[in-house]
Amino acid sequence: MLTTESIQKIDREIAKYPPDRKQSAVMAALAIAQEELGWLPNEAIEFVANYLGMEPIAAYEVASFYNMYDLKPVGKHKLTVCTNLPCMLSGGVDAAEYLKMKLGIDFNETTPDGRFTLKEGECMGACGDAPVMLVNNRRMCSCMQPEQIDNLLAELE
Amino acid sequence: MAILGAINPMLTVGLDGDNAWRLDDYVKRGGYSALKKIIAEKTPTDQIIKEVKKSVLRGRGGAGFPTGLKWSFMPKYFPGDKYVICNSDEGEPGTFKDRDILRYNPHSVIEGMAIAAYAIGAARGYNYIHGEIWEIYKRFEEALDEARAAGLIGKNILGSGFDFELFAHHGYGAYICGEESALLDSIEGKKGQPRFKPPFPANYGLYGKPTTVNNTETFSAVPFILNHGADAYLEAGKPNNGGTKLFSVSGHVNRPGNYEIPLGTPFATLLEMAGGVRGGRKLKACIPGGSSAPVLPAQTIMDCTMDFDSISKAGSMLGSGAVIVMDETTCMVRALERLSYFYYEESCGQCTPCREGTSWLYKVVHRIEHGQGRADDLDLLRSVTTNIMGRTICALGDAASMPVQSFVKHFQDEFAYHIEHKKCLVPPEIQRAGSGFFKATV
Repeated sequence: MLTTESIQKIDREIAKYPPDRKQSAVMAALAIAQEELGWLPNEAIEFVANYLGMEPIAAYEVASFYNMYDLKPVGKHKLTVCTNLPCMLSGGVDAAEYLKMKLGIDFNETTPDGRFTLKEGECMGACGDAPVMLVNNRRMCSCMQPEQIDNLLAELE
Repeated sequence: MAILGAINPMLTVGLDGDNAWRLDDYVKRGGYSALKKIIAEKTPTDQIIKEVKKSVLRGRGGAGFPTGLKWSFMPKYFPGDKYVICNSDEGEPGTFKDRDILRYNPHSVIEGMAIAAYAIGAARGYNYIHGEIWEIYKRFEEALDEARAAGLIGKNILGSGFDFELFAHHGYGAYICGEESALLDSIEGKKGQPRFKPPFPANYGLYGKPTTVNNTETFSAVPFILNHGADAYLEAGKPNNGGTKLFSVSGHVNRPGNYEIPLGTPFATLLEMAGGVRGGRKLKACIPGGSSAPVLPAQTIMDCTMDFDSISKAGSMLGSGAVIVMDETTCMVRALERLSYFYYEESCGQCTPCREGTSWLYKVVHRIEHGQGRADDLDLLRSVTTNIMGRTICALGDAASMPVQSFVKHFQDEFAYHIEHKKCLVPPEIQRAGSGFFKATV
């Protein structure tokens, strides 16, 4: 189901916890699976659960509880924009509106060419750099005024 | 550099250049000397806890609980594993200080955790890092590798016989995991849902073992206290409010960012450090301690000093030190609507009053904002909050209620105007200009 590289990454996570506490690595393992597959189909969740020796439903509970797991396919670039109050005061909502206009999609939608998915995010802990957005859960982009958004979209073409 | 200013800094002193976060730089600044001294001299653990108590270091994550007292709750003669946990799940809207501590001074956290582990007798620890800050998580892992390679964490630290293994755990997007018992469940590989207390983590924590959970900034302050003494730390602040604190200033200011200032510094000084209100506009309101803290009108906050007691006396909370500044372009109904949406979205769903109540709060504020408010909606909001508060396992229900109560209390006229006139007191184009996003329209 997953490449050897992903399995090695998961093994490194398992090693952080006591030997009888492999389940502690489930969050990391699901993130690694999602990084490889682009999203988390049920088979991937089941694979992770079996690998860690836990019930598949327990792994599914985790995957469905935390916001950054995608249980449905997303575009190549998932853009998550924070619109929470501190960001809103400094243009977070405007940045989201601007992105909706540029991409022609609403929150939780994907462009027809499959390149972009837009998500509304909650506080990313970077309010001083507002507007803030996250690309594919990993790359944080700060101070995203219209020009910076244009540049980012061009770079991610 | 996102630490934009400081008065008598302790946590962010000497952080110059791109390599300030590296082990070499930290050691040159005197880093790890406190840990080395303790393990070389085999300082009695009681003495360390006493010193931390004396410094009046209060938890920097939001609750302000005395750190030394928390450490003293750990059972001393427990035969099994004990854990020390750092809470870097920084998701309280307005707060972004722990991210900068981990980015610019990660070894101070590692040293603080190692000292705590020594004091409470823990041999293993985890730093739970907020999901959205992947790059910071990777950096912290790199800092751990440096510390491990130098023999500063791991087995038999510097030949002393003291073992302390420390790892980073990466969150994945759940505000509730900032609540310490939810955080522990999350490390155990479960949904992050708060536990009933008691038992408290000191008795039944990670994997059911005695555990101490402190905030990133709290750990970061520990090396200073042991190097310079509890008195030096306490004197830097004001009585009952020891030390300096990092304040994250966001919203309508000219220079949003982190500022390290002694507790007890006037709010006006902090506002001035942050460049004043954006565009020279008038201050309208301020949330002084993160989104869960009650909002204060301009005239109240301008008379406050930034410390636990002063802010509490003014009717709010210092919380995490997240200062959200709102100027006259802000519609308070819209501001509250967004906060209420946040708590509705992030309620873990475990307790009915919170799960259902946060939904009610959001829906009612939403309809007021969208011109569909009813005459008795403000009474309804108050009634929902009193039916949530004190009736839930954790503090999220209270955190969702306090903004509602305070916004409605201090800005009742604005809410009433919305309900009566079905529109905003602050025209939409003024609100839009306030954000500064479309510069051409300002």
